Amino acid sequence: MSTTGTPLTKKDFKSDQDVRWCPGCGDYSILNAVQTAFAELGKKPHEVAIVSGIGCSSRFPYYMETYGFHTLHGRAPTIATGLKLANPDLDVWVVTGDGDALSIGGNHLIHVLRRNVGLKILLFNNRIYGLTKGQFSPTSERGKKTKSTPMGSVDEPFSPIGLALGANATFVARSVDIFAQHLVAMVKRMDAHRGTSLLEIYQNCNIFNDGAYKSFTDKELRDDRVVELHQGKPLLFGKNLDKGLSFDADLRPRIVEKADAATWDEHRANPAYATALAHADEASLPVPIGVFRDVARSPFESDLRNQLAVAGERKTESLDELLLGNETWTVGS
Amino acid sequence: MTETRTQTQFEEVDQIVVRFAGDSGDGMQLTGDQLTRTTALMGNDLATFPDFPAEIRAPAGTLPGVSAFQLRFSNFDIHTPGDAPDVLVAMNPAALKVHVSSLRRDGTLIVDTTSFGPVDLKKAKYDKNPLEDGSLDGYRVIKLELQRLTREALASTTLDTRSKDRCKNIYALGIVSWLFHRDLKPTIQFLRGKFASKPEIAEANVKALEAGHLFAEVSGLFQAAYRVAPATFMKPGTYRNVMGNQALCLGLVAAAKKSGLRLVLGSYPITPASDILHQLATYKHHGILTFQAEDEIAAIGAAIGASYGGLLGVTSTSGPGLALKSEAIGLAVMTELPLVVIDVQRAGPSTGMPTKTEQADLLQAMFGRNGECPVPIVVARTPADSFGAAFDAVRIALRYMTPVILLSDGYIANGSEPWCVPTASSLPEIAVKFAAAGDGTARFRPYERDPVTLARVWARPGTPGCTHRIGGIEKEDGSGNISYDAQNHQHMVDLRAEKVARIANDIADAEVIGHPSPDVLFLCWGGTTGAITAAALRLSKAGHSIGAVCLRWVNPFPKNLEAILRASKRVIVPELNLGQLAMLIRSRFLVDAQPFTKVQGQPFTSHEVEEAGLAALAALRGQEVSR
Ligand code: SF4
Repeated sequence: MSTTGTPLTKKDFKSDQDVRWCPGCGDYSILNAVQTAFAELGKKPHEVAIVSGIGCSSRFPYYMETYGFHTLHGRAPTIATGLKLANPDLDVWVVTGDGDALSIGGNHLIHVLRRNVGLKILLFNNRIYGLTKGQFSPTSERGKKTKSTPMGSVDEPFSPIGLALGANATFVARSVDIFAQHLVAMVKRMDAHRGTSLLEIYQNCNIFNDGAYKSFTDKELRDDRVVELHQGKPLLFGKNLDKGLSFDADLRPRIVEKADAATWDEHRANPAYATALAHADEASLPVPIGVFRDVARSPFESDLRNQLAVAGERKTESLDELLLGNETWTVGS
Repeated sequence: MTETRTQTQFEEVDQIVVRFAGDSGDGMQLTGDQLTRTTALMGNDLATFPDFPAEIRAPAGTLPGVSAFQLRFSNFDIHTPGDAPDVLVAMNPAALKVHVSSLRRDGTLIVDTTSFGPVDLKKAKYDKNPLEDGSLDGYRVIKLELQRLTREALASTTLDTRSKDRCKNIYALGIVSWLFHRDLKPTIQFLRGKFASKPEIAEANVKALEAGHLFAEVSGLFQAAYRVAPATFMKPGTYRNVMGNQALCLGLVAAAKKSGLRLVLGSYPITPASDILHQLATYKHHGILTFQAEDEIAAIGAAIGASYGGLLGVTSTSGPGLALKSEAIGLAVMTELPLVVIDVQRAGPSTGMPTKTEQADLLQAMFGRNGECPVPIVVARTPADSFGAAFDAVRIALRYMTPVILLSDGYIANGSEPWCVPTASSLPEIAVKFAAAGDGTARFRPYERDPVTLARVWARPGTPGCTHRIGGIEKEDGSGNISYDAQNHQHMVDLRAEKVARIANDIADAEVIGHPSPDVLFLCWGGTTGAITAAALRLSKAGHSIGAVCLRWVNPFPKNLEAILRASKRVIVPELNLGQLAMLIRSRFLVDAQPFTKVQGQPFTSHEVEEAGLAALAALRGQEVSR
């Protein structure tokens, strides 16, 4: 709890509340990674506020020794926006899940992204409803059999990254709960961005959707099934980084020789390549993780505050002047 | 010129009610606004009633496209825009059809005869030409070809015919200005300002205004002009004319300044509340932040976020928007954050009649949330009273750390009246205290309370040593830790109710107007206040034992209300719904309050209320006699 003196460790970001996720849930490793990243970034607990919606992931703020607001299902971006407008210097994080952010809160997510409010959004994607015990979510694969879809779901899933890029988000990245180092690095990258940064985190729900990402995150499969995006570097994967990824004339990603691999540029203004990767077929192509897009655009709250400053310079008016307005008359005593 | 002037006869009257009615494209609201401005500057008491067309884009010349504006001005104290106009200006057959029945018998009807062809009459659903079939007998009908007159007046200008025709309403305003002895200068000034970038249009309008004025003077169509002396009863002070939404915004800004907090408005466009968003957006130089959100929920979410951040969060909407915000209001109740939620009511349910007034959101405001979720409710009673209501809403929200619902309605939001402007220094300070920085040795307890108000402590994120978590889950009092404990939940539900009940200690007592200890008591809230005040004052003056209480706070009720209710023999609750306040009064006090209701999208006339009062009195006397 100390707020001064010696450098903080991840312990300083642990609250006194018992963590209540199911044993083995991917949320634990995410909590750990965020606490590690915050400590390494030298953050002070009181300078951080974490706003969450409703769902398993949204319990997150209770376990962090920072300011925290556990709000309404889907509405965390709205409350976080108000908070950031109130205090642009505050370090505001949003924790949400696939149901929270993309189903009930889908509208708010796209608008916060297009506005580029200075919020850092951690989207825990477990492709299932956990808290309500196992219904399909907007990221569940087609054909998913759940309690609410006994014959399999006929819903087409969202790609959260594709959606964010479509909303003209300025920072979009992906990581995985169990890729601890990568996750910490991505949290740090988000932190450095001005404007909205969105990190999709593939998170295993071992109770209702166990093994959702197993086919590419298992230790033995990982090297061949995951491609890491690195700025200015070719898109390589495989144990010895001996395979490459490139794009055909229709911008479809395809596997190529190492030498033919495309070079990754996360700063491209045109989101087409990033979008193509976001929608790449998970079964037949390596799954991209890392920064899909990182471009500069002025944050919403700064632009709004600037208008106040400009208006204040243009016109000064006392409260009396405001109340009186331009047209008055006097009734004598 | 001098010669004609001397011929003008003036008749001194103590009040005038005039209504302009025309197509929504005829500029009736602008015409009414200008006459109102001038009248305010001439020192009369006044009240206005803009009646917007039911459909914003109705075809020209049809009944749903009729827009009207009524102004009543006087040399004595008035409370309503009047029931029956003395003068009706009808710009087309549809306007005539919709409004002629409300014109006073022997009242003056000025009618533009330009478009009374068969097609025009058909659009207005007239089988026969009302100008010829005798149906207007009994009115003083003045038929004018306004289009021709306006074109002639502007013959020397280079404007095209269409632009000339658009000055028709201003020509009519010139006529009426002469008729009521109104100064032309404020309107001329306005026209030159409005069309500053198009001087040709500005001068054409000025010309039309003066030509209309001169026409009225020399045509001999009018027997006399009327003069209403300035109102003298008004308390000394500086006055301006305000519309309800305008006064409400000023009240919010004043309260924000008096609390030292920046105001953040989250809002989504909706009739008839949008003007609050528009107006606050022009107060950036006062540090006011406005946020037009993607929907009603995001609007209140941002306001709650701002309050959590230590500013004053406000959200404005109408009934459908309040429905969408209900879950978020529950969160503000649960997290005990200050917040002002403004509902400018309109006729419902669902989309209802957006441009028409109603008071049917009271029970929604009172109960429209899941769980036991008490929210204080303050109401704006008249256009000018909206200032005080907004100020009060902020004061209580901050003092008690609670959301407050402020109810206004379309009638007072768009109506206007003179307002005695308070000086900034005369307004009370609103004390706000934030948790002080801690050294981190003790765990911060976000639900520690003020023993008097039960308000919880407010810690701004960013304050060292005060990190804490809040949310919508039930929590333990004091520590704020999540708690599902049975006894704790009972305690917290009771506590949240008690906190709202205690607000009664901080609000003004109810006042009885009219007869001081009446047998028949009108109990009203919000926008019906004008009509009920007028009725109670008139009836009590005429010797009847009738009085009225017009509530500022509906939740909690003022402490002295129960005694007042019990002291009267009959309680009548006039409201523009099916009896919502009456239901609350009956359940709260077990008093036999009788609803007197109307849901027609229109306000009460004073006459209707007077009749209800007299009927109640007669019934009471009958009972007493038969007993
Ligand atoms: S239900 Fe799934 S997501 Fe929720 S806590 Fe349990 S394992 Fe984690």
